[in-house]
Amino acid sequence: MLSNLGIISSSISLLASLLLIYLSFVELKVSGDKIQKKIYKFSSVQLIFSLLSFLVLLIGYIFSDFSMINVYENSHTEKPLLYKISGTWGNHEGSLLLWINILVLFSFLFLFLNKNKNKNFKIFTLIFQNLLISIFFIFLLTNSNPFSPVFPIPGEGLGLNPILQDPALAIHPPLLYVGFVGSSIYFSAALAALISKVEAKSLATTLKPWISISWFFQTTGILVGSIWAYYELGWGGYWFWDPVENSSLMPWFLMTALLHSVLVLERRIGLYSWVIILSILTFTMSVVGTFLVRSGILNSVHTFANDPSRGLFILTFLILMVFSSIFIFFKYTPSEKKNYKIFSKEFFILINNWFMVFFLAVVLIGTLYPVFLDTLIGEKISVGPPYYNFVLAPFLIPLLFLMTSGPKHKWISSETKIFFDIILFLSVFLFLIIFFIIKENNLLINLILLFSIYLIIQNIFDFYENLKNRNINLSRIISHFGFGLLIFFISVNHIFSVESNFNVRVGEKKDIKNYIIKFENLETSSGNNYKSVVGYFEIFNKKKLIKENLEPEIRVYNQPKTITYEASINSNLFSDTYLTMSNISDSDIFNIKFQKKPFMNFIWLSVLLISLGGILNFFKRKKEI
Amino acid sequence: MLNIKTKNRLSIFIAISALSIIIIIFILKTLEDNVLYFYSPTDVEESNKMVFGDTIKVGGMVKNGSIKTNENEIKFIITDYKNEIIVSYKGTVPALFAEGKGVVAEGSLQDKKFFLAKRILAKHDENYMPPEIKESLEKNAK
Repeated sequence: MLSNLGIISSSISLLASLLLIYLSFVELKVSGDKIQKKIYKFSSVQLIFSLLSFLVLLIGYIFSDFSMINVYENSHTEKPLLYKISGTWGNHEGSLLLWINILVLFSFLFLFLNKNKNKNFKIFTLIFQNLLISIFFIFLLTNSNPFSPVFPIPGEGLGLNPILQDPALAIHPPLLYVGFVGSSIYFSAALAALISKVEAKSLATTLKPWISISWFFQTTGILVGSIWAYYELGWGGYWFWDPVENSSLMPWFLMTALLHSVLVLERRIGLYSWVIILSILTFTMSVVGTFLVRSGILNSVHTFANDPSRGLFILTFLILMVFSSIFIFFKYTPSEKKNYKIFSKEFFILINNWFMVFFLAVVLIGTLYPVFLDTLIGEKISVGPPYYNFVLAPFLIPLLFLMTSGPKHKWISSETKIFFDIILFLSVFLFLIIFFIIKENNLLINLILLFSIYLIIQNIFDFYENLKNRNINLSRIISHFGFGLLIFFISVNHIFSVESNFNVRVGEKKDIKNYIIKFENLETSSGNNYKSVVGYFEIFNKKKLIKENLEPEIRVYNQPKTITYEASINSNLFSDTYLTMSNISDSDIFNIKFQKKPFMNFIWLSVLLISLGGILNFFKRKKEI
Repeated sequence: MLNIKTKNRLSIFIAISALSIIIIIFILKTLEDNVLYFYSPTDVEESNKMVFGDTIKVGGMVKNGSIKTNENEIKFIITDYKNEIIVSYKGTVPALFAEGKGVVAEGSLQDKKFFLAKRILAKHDENYMPPEIKESLEKNAK
């Protein structure tokens, strides 16, 4: 029953999209600057049925309707309600349906909320957006149908991988998808702007809120994913430069570049074509990311179930999309007067964009190089964190410096202020104090620390200025401040992290640097859908004379039968204590990984601050429109 | 011959291309130095250019009955049913690490038969076989 309802409502939604494309083309020939009511109606119908199909799948999951293969393969009656719900998008088919729903939602919102006067611009945007929607709907219905029935109906489902049964991972895909798919609307709008010859300022004001909001979601999505990796994967790291992580970071670089360059466009200084290129690239990168994750050509620690035919579809779609965008770009691109003054604000924004493109290139090469090498000469390699750290870290120094000095400059003017001001002096002073406390002798890390302090202090001063006169961009201050803090705390975390691996029996003690770790007891316990062995550990800090108790677990889930090792983390304001325990074939010896990770909470907080800037930027825009 | 504007444009163009070339060379050079190669026990046995001490990945199946845990380390044998390597490792193992299952170890070779692992790679799915292992097993089965 539900299966049919799902297929019918998604088919209606697909029909609505095709009709919208047709009606839009008709609409182009009609003169006048009001869009017909019909188009609004069909857009609403499309949204309602697309949401309905998602709701059907959701209900299927909540009430464990195993007549749909998708529910049978990914759910189980004993699973907690939250994970039944998140199971909806925890698999390929369901996540594709979510992807389409966001596409439809953005198309609808753009049509209803956008106040742009240019009718053709809106209609063309609608056409491109609905082309995307139709293609993905066709893919959903022919290749990855979440509503496919199964007969005879199984009595019990196979269950969701326990590692995905986690609150952070329940919200991670929707957040990231709003970011990824949100970029589709400026992809469509950019192409539409070229064809309907939209003027620079009007394009910028149209794009800006969408860029801010998708950037905000992308940033928080990455944050939540990285928090999940930190406590669930049990390595104590929060970023592994894994291909799957990289594919969420690559569109982020481009969105960040867009967020900045659209400011230049808004003031009619230039960068029209560049903003268009970035908009096209961002969505392309999002689809590339999806392709890399779903096709399985990459070997990742986050293995997703995958299927080459999906990869082939996305690859074909990608090639078509790129070539038609290039065609439209070269056919319609306007000639531009370029008039950039060196050391003006727009000059620094352009440099920011070059940095983002450079970071993108580094990550893209690192991610794709293994694939190329494998297909060309069949050599199996992987690219690890040392490559990224080595290439990216030195470039953080000029980036941090430019982030500090760039915003101080004026638009369209080459006026330079003196660099050696009170803030620089204060930063050097603070850095020296920190230097004598931590005594780190790596020059690179010291420079990064110095320049991140400079950025932090500059923004604190800017914030103070902002309180006095409200002319300064608050969202910029908060995001830049957050970025300064992020780099600062990552560096300090890197310097002070302690890690130790050892084997231990119940009742034994280990001495590690300033800590004594005692394995006190082992008990069995059970949860909703798992049984577990809990280890009780006492960690004694010899310097500070503090005792901490940690309880890592080994869990055996019923359905599917899976073992997971749950890390135990004691998170304090300034430092996390991290303990994981594993055991091989019921031996009486347990393998322990003990870690001391300073400032973890500050790292999360910094990223939150960065994304807060994005949401502030979004709301500020709204007032002006 | 060239007017000032063209000259300016040309110099900017040359500067940017030179900079991009330097940067790309820099990226590729670093990439080359930091790449992790993957080998099966047979690759290790047959290769002559193997450098001991470099970080590499070795993968295959964990030999049945080979896992030994003592106070200091975990020892096991990676096999591709043709050749074997003894692996020594300190730390926690991924949940799916077991005898008779696929494994990828990251670390360095001490000699052709002894591997010091720094990391045992985690896989989330029990039905999942890392493609490298699958391929190397298929190759050796022939």
